[in-house]
Amino acid sequence: MTHYRTLPALIGALALAACGGQPEGRDTSDFDRDYQGVLHEALLDAEPGAVIEIPAGRFVFERGLSLSGVSGVTIRGAGMDETILSFAGQRQGAEGLLVSNSDNFTIENLAVEDTAGDAVKITGSDGVTIRGVRVEWTRGPSSENGAYGLYPVLSRNVLIEDSVAIGASDAGIYVGQSETIIVRNNRAEDNVAGIEIENSNNADVYGNVAVNNTGGILVFNMPNLPRPGAGTRVFDNDVHDNNLANFGHAGTPVANVPAGTGILINANDDVEIFNNRLRNNRTAHVIISSGHSSGFSDLGVSEDFDPYPERIHVHSNSYEGGGNNPDSIELQALRVMKFGPTGRMPPVMWDGFVNPARLVDGALPDDLRICVTDADVINVDGPNGYANPQVGREAFDCAHEPRPAVVLDR
Amino acid sequence: MARAASAILGLVLGALMALAACAPAPEGGAPEPAYIAEGRPQSLDAWGQIARRGGQLVLGEGVTAYELNTALFSDHAVKLRTVWMPDGAGPAQYHERAVFEFPAGTVITKTFFYPLAGGGFDQVSDAGVLSDHFDGAALDLTGLRLIETRVLVRREAGWEALPYLWDDAQTGASLARTGAMLDLTLISAAGSARDFPYAVPDVNQCAACHVTDARDGAVRPIGPAARHLNRDFLYAHGSANQIAHWSETGLLTGAPEPDAAPRAARWHGQANLSGLQLERAARAYIDINCAHCHSRTGPARTSGLYLEPWEPDGPNLGRCKPPIAAGRGTGGRLHSIVPGDSDRSIFVYRMETERVGAMMPELGRAVADGPGVALIAAWIDAMAGGCG
Repeated sequence: MTHYRTLPALIGALALAACGGQPEGRDTSDFDRDYQGVLHEALLDAEPGAVIEIPAGRFVFERGLSLSGVSGVTIRGAGMDETILSFAGQRQGAEGLLVSNSDNFTIENLAVEDTAGDAVKITGSDGVTIRGVRVEWTRGPSSENGAYGLYPVLSRNVLIEDSVAIGASDAGIYVGQSETIIVRNNRAEDNVAGIEIENSNNADVYGNVAVNNTGGILVFNMPNLPRPGAGTRVFDNDVHDNNLANFGHAGTPVANVPAGTGILINANDDVEIFNNRLRNNRTAHVIISSGHSSGFSDLGVSEDFDPYPERIHVHSNSYEGGGNNPDSIELQALRVMKFGPTGRMPPVMWDGFVNPARLVDGALPDDLRICVTDADVINVDGPNGYANPQVGREAFDCAHEPRPAVVLDR
Repeated sequence: MARAASAILGLVLGALMALAACAPAPEGGAPEPAYIAEGRPQSLDAWGQIARRGGQLVLGEGVTAYELNTALFSDHAVKLRTVWMPDGAGPAQYHERAVFEFPAGTVITKTFFYPLAGGGFDQVSDAGVLSDHFDGAALDLTGLRLIETRVLVRREAGWEALPYLWDDAQTGASLARTGAMLDLTLISAAGSARDFPYAVPDVNQCAACHVTDARDGAVRPIGPAARHLNRDFLYAHGSANQIAHWSETGLLTGAPEPDAAPRAARWHGQANLSGLQLERAARAYIDINCAHCHSRTGPARTSGLYLEPWEPDGPNLGRCKPPIAAGRGTGGRLHSIVPGDSDRSIFVYRMETERVGAMMPELGRAVADGPGVALIAAWIDAMAGGCG
């Protein structure tokens, strides 16, 4: 089996936000405490097609809410700043709201705050709409915060739009093990990962703002799951100032993301990144890396896992600033050595791992190549222990057919 | 006029008699079990599976109590489990691995209770054992606090889960579809006290554990499978193997002799196990505590961690596996199981933490199962290898 090791050049010194003097979140002492039973019961009684309207107001919930096995339910508030569901002080449940096996589910126009674990998790559902929802940990970035904000998983036909995710200790918006996905016109800030597409297929991520996260937008594959992801477009997003110190929990996939990452592809295939506006991401605007840079134990990765990013196309993006203060001693040394004390890393960084089994005459076939046509690329030479990093463009001068737009089946 | 009046009186009497036939048996007799095909009765008594009679909780006529080899940990609550089928409905179909297939009309109950620790109604002991209080026919309520009874009823369309909460007078239990939080104090055998919130699940939370196959989204029982039931139980008439007893009494068909059926290890807190005993106890523990979600079809299949007893060793059983979506649940550890090093294994952190949102199982406990944590830690520490 291939060997997985830690890649010191890519893994920032894990400055876990140690959080001395935990900041306080929103004061909920004057929130309504009686309404929780009403919504709780409405979810239990929901019939197929039910529309559950939550009035404007600020409501406390001590227990996780759930909906299971009912199709066509809509949960609707009066606005993401008008209808606030606070889970500060939650005593039970791993999520704020857990929706299971409930097709054609919609949640819109409300806020879910300060959940103990994930904020809104939707699993095993076909037809998911999340619109105008704000999920937030109001104490700001902290390792005390829950992992995921908006979290559809094992689902199909997923639409997340006009929503806001703030403060997740993993990913603000996370779509996992799903297919046919649109994530558009959202705002993700102060999370470890702003938006993450993981082990998913056929996803469009566009029109979003990812700002002040550790990493702005991630397209990941993890091992040991039934579904390897492929086929994502990331375009027309504003991805800037994602320089937040990583406050993820050691062991989680995002804990290895260097602060200052704009867009990161890890072990995923067939990804097109274009027309994005990337600014002031201090490590690199785009990082393309393999599973070899994830610190996995080779004993802990199933044989069928493909760690290599292939058929990647980065083009037509605009890059401004950034690369000036990469998040590790090794990368800083590399920057100074290659570009001088005030120099910048190139906009795109690649860890350099290529699947040897795929090589034809020493090169990847055209349809598997990593193509970058809008910026210099630094290959940090991971396979040779980072001995000989190279900057160039020629090796990446190629193009893939544009991916088709995602069309939701609904 | 008189004829009309007597006709009406006759109707009323008939209705009363019909009602009486459905009502619980009078004080002193065993309750008459009922299959209720529709609706959600407000009172547990309507089911007639168990009922309070004086100082006892007695089983309904023909209701069978059972116990599992190794049981789910539920904040040290003791559980009385029962099963019943209407005449002519049964038997259940035996399966070697899967939960038995029960006919429509089957009613399963699980009553959660604690021995009182002597300090008041909210002070409960963490050291209760079913056989100290149950004689095969009735539960002696002396010094006990009944908390809740969960009913699983197999209707034509499938199983339905209904939680009932016992009242403070301990005379009956009422439907609590939204569940409840009870502030209790757990008193250990050594006398230490700790407050904890006991959570009665709501009906959707019931599904969070009992929808064991997301492909059909159906609620199912978890415990009544061959490997869990294959043990002796002390019935009112004496001890017998449960699979043999169920077969003899018409509850079960298709079962082999008990010796030919699978059997999970029987673990109830023993420490200092080693070798095969340790391996079997640990796998039995994670089977009944984790595998209803952590299977290839269960709700936790998102994690890629599959813990059913037939899963082979490897990353999907946790060996050196990086977490997928654990968040704070990693406890800062890198791998689910680091062979030989329980202190660096996420598996153990998830079991010992009491943080909502980080602990496993996600529902059904507020405190850690100390002996359970020790069992799994010993199992991991006995593994060879590390993660390189």
